[in-house]
Amino acid sequence: MQHINFILSLADSNLILSQRNAEWCGHGPVLEQDIAITNITLDLLGQARNFYQYAARLINETGNMPGHIATEDSLAYRRTEREFKNILLCELPKGDWAQTVLRQYFYSAFCKGLYFQLLQSQDQSLAAIAEKSLKEVNYHVRWSGEWVIRLGDGTAESKQRIKQALQFLWPYTGEMFMPADFENNNGIDLASIKKQWLLDVQTILEEATLQMPAEHIFMQSGGKSGTHTEHMGYILAEMQYLQRMYPDANW
Amino acid sequence: MNFQFIKKMYYGDIPDEPGNGAAYQTKPDTAAWPLWEVFIRSKRGLDHKHAGSLKAADATMAIENARDVYTRRQEGVSIWVVESKYIHASNPDEAESFFDPAEDKVYRHPSFYELPDEVKHM
Repeated sequence: MQHINFILSLADSNLILSQRNAEWCGHGPVLEQDIAITNITLDLLGQARNFYQYAARLINETGNMPGHIATEDSLAYRRTEREFKNILLCELPKGDWAQTVLRQYFYSAFCKGLYFQLLQSQDQSLAAIAEKSLKEVNYHVRWSGEWVIRLGDGTAESKQRIKQALQFLWPYTGEMFMPADFENNNGIDLASIKKQWLLDVQTILEEATLQMPAEHIFMQSGGKSGTHTEHMGYILAEMQYLQRMYPDANW
Repeated sequence: MNFQFIKKMYYGDIPDEPGNGAAYQTKPDTAAWPLWEVFIRSKRGLDHKHAGSLKAADATMAIENARDVYTRRQEGVSIWVVESKYIHASNPDEAESFFDPAEDKVYRHPSFYELPDEVKHM
């Protein structure tokens, strides 16, 4: 069950961030970037689906819920807020463009380290999903990293905005590296991912002429164990509306 | 006294006076971003073809934008971008003297040779 919860947490973070980023669709600052963020959003959704499908298969194999068949849809649309295990960072409002690209950079740089370790996982299916996702994630890191540099080293206003985003988002970055109970002894070394992540972030922030925030401040947490921010309920209300209103509605 | 009559609008009508939407400007000033021409090579061995143009702040962004705008459906394996201002074009007014003289010179086409059967893939 721990293993399933771990996979669900990966799926949830990707799904919720994809739902969030989707708010940019048709509202991007320029046409080209509207398409760029939407592409990334679709990548995240695709990764979430892979994780959900695999989690559903494992859940059904356990046979713990007779008469109930888990599917990617049931996992995405029929679970309650407390059952979602996404990190808080992913559910925060999209904010302005600075907040969106900085959050994307923080998250993607983390996923890069995580998926890289998952390549070595005993679980072949998980390793395969990680391998496929890693190609996409590498691009997300590059794209969002360049935007952080561009805004930080840009105009007075862009710098001000990315600084605000950094101040707002930073306390939510610690949760990525705090192992939840389902992340104990699963072969993932969060400490080493964190070390590399901090180095990567520092490099980007330096190039963006931004000050690296203090590492050891109070960090928000709770998402992995289902205690979410006040924003989460609204996301689910919108995302799950159709399946809640018309259960089993189909094309 | 000023009377303000209600004007019924239909879908697709463009109001003469600025409505509520006027305050909501989504279009940022992109005048500062130059225009780029994008060339995509679709498969190995084929040449780059003009795919379209886009706006970007610099070459790196132009390539990434091109990747997102023009290769979403696996259209390419290689991208070139060049700032549109560096492209020099022939003058359409001179098209007659430029291109028409080639019209009656069919002998420039290699269609008057008999190909031996041994030569393949021509």
